[in-house]
Amino acid sequence: MPQENDQQHYPPGKGKHEARRDFLKQSSAVMALALTPPLVIKAAQHDEAIAGIFEKMPVSMEINGKKVQVSVEPRVTLLDLLREQLQLTGTKKGCDHGQCGACTVHADGRRINSCLTLAVMQEGKKITTIEGLANGEELHPVQEAFIKHDGFQCGYCTPGQIMSAVACIREGHAGSPEEIREFMSGNICRCGAYDNIVHAIMDVKQGGKTV
Amino acid sequence: MNQFSYVRPSSLKAAVDAVAKDNSARFIAGGTNLLDLMKSGVVIPEKLVDINRLPLKDIQLNGNTLHIGALALNSELAAHELVTTHHPLLAQALLAGASQQLRNMATVGGNMMQRTRCTYFYDTTMPCNKRSPNSGCGAIGGINRMHAIFGASDSCIAVHPSDMCVALAALDATVLVTGPKGNRRIPFTDFHRLPDNTPQLDNNLAKGELITAVEIPANAYTKNVYYLKVRDRASYAFALVSVAAALDISNNMIRSARLAMGGVAHKPWRLYEAEKALAGKAPTEENFRQAAAIALQSAKTYQHNQFKTGLSVNSIQTALLKAASV
Repeated sequence: MPQENDQQHYPPGKGKHEARRDFLKQSSAVMALALTPPLVIKAAQHDEAIAGIFEKMPVSMEINGKKVQVSVEPRVTLLDLLREQLQLTGTKKGCDHGQCGACTVHADGRRINSCLTLAVMQEGKKITTIEGLANGEELHPVQEAFIKHDGFQCGYCTPGQIMSAVACIREGHAGSPEEIREFMSGNICRCGAYDNIVHAIMDVKQGGKTV
Repeated sequence: MNQFSYVRPSSLKAAVDAVAKDNSARFIAGGTNLLDLMKSGVVIPEKLVDINRLPLKDIQLNGNTLHIGALALNSELAAHELVTTHHPLLAQALLAGASQQLRNMATVGGNMMQRTRCTYFYDTTMPCNKRSPNSGCGAIGGINRMHAIFGASDSCIAVHPSDMCVALAALDATVLVTGPKGNRRIPFTDFHRLPDNTPQLDNNLAKGELITAVEIPANAYTKNVYYLKVRDRASYAFALVSVAAALDISNNMIRSARLAMGGVAHKPWRLYEAEKALAGKAPTEENFRQAAAIALQSAKTYQHNQFKTGLSVNSIQTALLKAASV
């Protein structure tokens, strides 16, 4: 959990911030809160994090190897933080309900659905998105394999498929086409590129490259 | 999603206090079901109490009892050596549920607390006694293909969606909870409730009570076990029916059996009568068929789920055959 002195979060949107302040000032019961910066409240409560309904909360995490400090409302999902605030639009919003896998990213090395977790819950985590997979201009072996095996048509599910595929191989769940199909079942492809996706993953797995 | 305040308490007591003292507060762990429900407007909490930093992630043997912290991830538990070695039925059930992404987020406690996937519960334009008490049940006269055949009531025919819980019910697990009035232990099969006329209550937790762990006692069900899940697609779908089967076989005789079903009731459904019928018998196809028939005697179907009785008999028999490796 971050200490007060390592916070350099972006200022919240000014208009909204002022609106919040006006609202709070109308209520004498919360007057003290309105006059006290959130970080001071936070520090006073040691390692308890807290954000009010209209309050943005500082969050720091590492995204694609870079330390990022942002300020978000508690209801902002990790997916919306990535796409709307950080312009990392490679991660796609498909169903927004954890049913399609288009929003798959890695958090501390585990693949997760970024639509079903709050950004504030990811405090201190290392997040990898599709933008963080390539090594400069050199594509990741799984990205290469998707191109080689034509593992997509429209491409919308592809970032999620690739993030999931990389994790699937790293987890040791890419031993056979059957196992790949089972452990890739959280990623839906409406174009039906499944066969080629399985071929791409098998190819990388059998190629023995470190992923 | 509605706006809400957020706290991340650093102690169990602070977390319990935060929810016990605030009617609109909810615990959040993995969030995979709660955030889904909030996006759909089914649940609208004003405060979320994030318990993810609490020290409830341990998976260890205490004597012969497997202790599983409530925040252990479903994926970690499924792959844990203590689980695959001592309780392979649980590992199978866990891997039958959700996707690897969701299992990487979902916790043991959260899995137990997940709500039904009844479409009328999710659709806020429809009546639902579980979502909105005394509003009626859309499913009873509606499309009820996915619904209960055991223990339902005139107010609710929804089913509990978990696979993990079916295995835990079969394995005689115990739930450890803490709350404003202290700690208590609840037998797993008494944790979830039948709907009766209070379907809004999924389980017997009091306000502010928090699951801290699940314990599984040592048993002989380490080899002849099978979790069978029947669903509309090969993977990543909720069960039409599922069967957790565990047999203790010695000298071609079943010393004891454990059987539970998912997708058929408001709670994981133990098949006690069928278990009794199997004890002392040989593990044969005929004996398995008879046990399955006994299990279905109390079934009651609705307009679209009549297929579930035949499907259940076949599934129980198949799960037992697979468990016995006959």
